[in-house]
Amino acid sequence: MSQDLLFQLNGVSKSFVKGKEEISIFSDLNLTIERGDFVAIMGPSGSGKTTLLNMLGGVDQPSGGEVSFDGARVDNLSESALTRWRAHNIGFIFQFYNLMPMLNAARNVELPLLLTKLSKAQRRKNVETALALVGLSDRAKHMPSEMSGGQQQRVAIARAIVSDPKLLLCDEPTGDLDRTTADEILEMLQLLNRDHGKTIVMVTHDPAAAKYANRTLHLDKGKFVQRELVA
Amino acid sequence: MSDLYLIYKNMTRKPLRLFLTCFAIFIAFLIYGAVTTLKSALDAGIDLAADNRLVVVNKINFTQPLPIAYAQKVAAVEGVEHVTYANWFGGYYQEARNQIVAMAVEPESLLQVYEREIVLPLEQRAAWLGNRQGLIAGKNLAQRLGWKVGDRVPVSSNIFSHKEGGHTWDFVVEGIFTGSDPQHDTNSMYFHYKYFMETQSFGGDWIGWITLTTVDPAQNQRIADEIDNGFANSQAETDTSTEAAFSKAFIEQIGNIGLIIFGVVFMAFFTILILVGNTMALAVRERTGEIAVLKTLGFAAPRIFKMVLTESLLIALIGGLAGLGAAWLIVEGAKATMAQFLPNLVLDSGIALQALAFMLLLGLVTGLLPALNALRLNIVTAFNRG
Repeated sequence: MSQDLLFQLNGVSKSFVKGKEEISIFSDLNLTIERGDFVAIMGPSGSGKTTLLNMLGGVDQPSGGEVSFDGARVDNLSESALTRWRAHNIGFIFQFYNLMPMLNAARNVELPLLLTKLSKAQRRKNVETALALVGLSDRAKHMPSEMSGGQQQRVAIARAIVSDPKLLLCDEPTGDLDRTTADEILEMLQLLNRDHGKTIVMVTHDPAAAKYANRTLHLDKGKFVQRELVA
Repeated sequence: MSDLYLIYKNMTRKPLRLFLTCFAIFIAFLIYGAVTTLKSALDAGIDLAADNRLVVVNKINFTQPLPIAYAQKVAAVEGVEHVTYANWFGGYYQEARNQIVAMAVEPESLLQVYEREIVLPLEQRAAWLGNRQGLIAGKNLAQRLGWKVGDRVPVSSNIFSHKEGGHTWDFVVEGIFTGSDPQHDTNSMYFHYKYFMETQSFGGDWIGWITLTTVDPAQNQRIADEIDNGFANSQAETDTSTEAAFSKAFIEQIGNIGLIIFGVVFMAFFTILILVGNTMALAVRERTGEIAVLKTLGFAAPRIFKMVLTESLLIALIGGLAGLGAAWLIVEGAKATMAQFLPNLVLDSGIALQALAFMLLLGLVTGLLPALNALRLNIVTAFNRG
């Protein structure tokens, strides 16, 4: 196995039962993601993009096949083991930011660090670094309601990277933003990938957003229909 | 930041809702504290009653008198150990509103029958027995009125009149008694029946009731029957019962307190339970998305379960302790004015601990369902829900 291989999906299938009918989202899906990769996943609604992202993040479990991360199977982990695995390895960025409305920016960023054994001082230092990286040092005490969409998404990015995860999973990270702000966010993700070596998987509808990725995968009716190198 | 901080921020995100929820709990425990204290005070007489003590009253009603000669006849019944008698004086000090539980008694036998309830230093005991004009006052009463041993005090009656005119008798405070149990009532005073007899303008050789002790509680029923049968068809038929039964009957003159209290407290609790449970469920449901995010970030389900449950417990404790505190203030305020009627009006540690247990129960019951929902929340379903 390549030392650079971070994620591998072998013959993965996902289906669910609705009434008496079994609906297949995808079957026999294969995918490899190397360390430092920046992958965009595109496809029409209902193609299984978000389900795939959930599976990569250990939020959803496959119905069949194998999912390996860093050389170890994760598809057969218990829910509690998967939760711990997620906390240590994955950073999530959502379309609608999903910040805690009652916490200020710094507290929101600090959330994943509550799952670590870092001291209070170390946590504060990490939060400051993460906020500085997304250019929001001066907004640390601001509440989400006092910030623009772009700023909230940057706080969400800081939250995703603060515990230094190996993989960032982004679900339509610019779907709620205007073009200019979206480009700023995508440049930031590109910077995290290029300069900080973060592996990123991004689900998007936006071809302009996909251009920031190293490669784009097109998912349609549960299958990758073409693979092309974008950058 | 810690989990507790997250709980605090979740609790206070809607201050008005928090206030109203806490206020509802506050009211519930205010009622609980005050009413339970009242019931406890009313029951104290029953709880402290000796099981070998019987009370003989007029069969018509305990406010009707008995001839004093009955005391000797009662003493002659086999199995009776000591006999004493008393007459309600309807006393007050200086002003009619300063009412005193004052009784004219036969001193020597009183101290025998109530040897645990009336504890006097030997020299004060001797002084009181030797001075017909002497009285003994309970420690609480003496403190309330500022009486000391040796003081000459005027005590008036709202029932009897002095044969020399007026309604006031002069006494000398010869002793200040305590009880062998802190719960024993020390808000009363006793004086010589003979002094009362010699100085009253009407009333004759009548007494209010007779109290006796038996050699064995197992003989209570036989002795009571023998006494009542002995006075059957006389000018004043008697009704003899244990002191506990007498106290209970006295309390039941003003209704079935236990049932009323149970009804009030139960209804208040049930209403609050529904209200708080509904509010908690709503509050957690509003946070479905946030709980899903926490789970996605790696917060374990049991940890979120604990956070939701802790929030509910904290709300119950904040409202409950404030309510109990207010009840304590009310009880302390009422204590001075009601001391003569309810000497044991105390919100004690037993009631407080019981209330604390109910607060925890309230928090657990109202928080359990929302906490379980949070525990079982599926991340994918929660995000799909929007």
